[in-house]
Amino acid sequence: MIEVTGLSKRYGNHLAVSDVSFKIEDGEVIGFLGPNGAGKSTIMNILTGYLSATAGKVNIDGFDIMDNPAQAKRRIGYLPEIPPLYIDMTVKEYLYFVFDLKKVTLPKRPHIDEICRLVKIDNVKDRLIKTLSKGYRQRVGIAQALVGNPDVLILDEPTVGLDPKQIIEIRTLIERLSKNHTIIVSSHILSEIQATCGRIIVINKGRIVADGKTEELTESISQDKSVVASIAGPEKEVEKLLLAIPGVESVEKLTKASAGAVTFRIVSEDTDIRRELFARLADRNWPLMGLSSSALTLEQIFLRLTDETFDSSAALGKKKVKGDKK
Amino acid sequence: MIAIFKREFKAYFTSPLGYLVIAAMALFEGFSFVSMFANGYAANEYTILAQLSLAAIVIPVLTMRLFSEERKQKTDQVLITAPVSLWGIVFGKFASAFAVFALSFSPTLIYQVIYTSRLDALNWLIYLGALFGVLLYGAALIAICMFISSLTESQVVSAVMGIVVAMLLVNIYSFVATTTNAQWLLNLAEKISFDIRYQDFYKGIIDFSNIVFFGGIAFLFIFLTVRMLDKRRWA
Repeated sequence: MIEVTGLSKRYGNHLAVSDVSFKIEDGEVIGFLGPNGAGKSTIMNILTGYLSATAGKVNIDGFDIMDNPAQAKRRIGYLPEIPPLYIDMTVKEYLYFVFDLKKVTLPKRPHIDEICRLVKIDNVKDRLIKTLSKGYRQRVGIAQALVGNPDVLILDEPTVGLDPKQIIEIRTLIERLSKNHTIIVSSHILSEIQATCGRIIVINKGRIVADGKTEELTESISQDKSVVASIAGPEKEVEKLLLAIPGVESVEKLTKASAGAVTFRIVSEDTDIRRELFARLADRNWPLMGLSSSALTLEQIFLRLTDETFDSSAALGKKKVKGDKK
Repeated sequence: MIAIFKREFKAYFTSPLGYLVIAAMALFEGFSFVSMFANGYAANEYTILAQLSLAAIVIPVLTMRLFSEERKQKTDQVLITAPVSLWGIVFGKFASAFAVFALSFSPTLIYQVIYTSRLDALNWLIYLGALFGVLLYGAALIAICMFISSLTESQVVSAVMGIVVAMLLVNIYSFVATTTNAQWLLNLAEKISFDIRYQDFYKGIIDFSNIVFFGGIAFLFIFLTVRMLDKRRWA
């Protein structure tokens, strides 16, 4: 279990992390979501004892990271933003070094072999790290975090800079690891976190903006369920037709698109209007040129979550930390 | 600590650095041995004495990357987040540079054996005293230059700064003597001059105050390096 209370970090006059508190139970997979520079890496660096906090406490399985660093660090495997690899060593030499460094008591060779198989680096075990591609280096970084079988894995942007295939591989790996580890992953991409994490903590400007179950949070963020549709047909009549669909609250004309099509934003409450929309347009023989759900971008999510007037606490049912409390 | 020592020591010999340092030292030890041997002298302690200035260049080169490179490549994250104390990290690195430095004096051992085989009575104690002294001298300089390495992210800056500081400490008495005749300044320079502190050792005198001087400096700068690493976490 990880318990963080009142964590703050100040660099000179700049407050990088401000009064952050959360609690993570064993076996949870948590996503830290936030834009670059939000303070995700700083929080992770404090959790792992690389940096000291200006204020606040970090407790790993009952051990305080400042008062009892050796015990606390033993329970954590950490992949920093840039994998801390000694490029003049071979993969095997490096992992053996980390094994000795962490003073692991498991049988050395079988343990390292098992990790290599798990993260699929056994075919490059004897190569110098400097000759490895970015994807392999990232995996060696993860392997390093896994040495000693720590209960908690902290992975800082594990998929950044990888190609789509590698991203999927790392994602599957995290899923596999989540069966017997508590994992914290950070990312600035919502879909990235949605895919792997059961709970999301949204961080912006060093504060926790929201904290909740992934489904609840994503749902509450995109609460209004609006769709954007381009329809080729007489503008006025189309608008009338759209408003007649049960559940539709409002229709807003966005642009006059080419080929005689008009784009509308259709806002509805709680109902999915897409089937009905299609059927009615088909009746009239007005072609539907495009249809998309108006998914929010990360910027919009932050605007929404930090907006005083938007109250997602009801939807979240619990913790909602207002961004501009002070 | 042992893991860090092993890694660092090995790293010296996976790059040319370790070989280069040992070769440079061995080369000049060889010169001095040959010239003495040819002229009928058997004074290995002079061979060691002649190495002091070169050591002041070689040591900053040995220590330049110890901490600067870790910070630049961010590999210090794996060290600091591992269940190892900062003392363990610093001491492991210190010991690796010290081991390479000590190794660079191994040729003198061979010369000593050669002298012994040619002469009936040779005083090994003077040689051992000189060797002991140079290792203390090296330990102090290594600690200072290692501390310098912890101040910067650049190996080059670390090496240049280290050479300047080491040269200054070794030659401070002659510098001061040429610029001033203020007695108190000369006295002070004499007390902190590495060169003069070393003089007793090669004469076969083991003075406790000299041991404390070099040992104390080594300890002080190991301690300061630990504080520097710790301070960085709070910055």
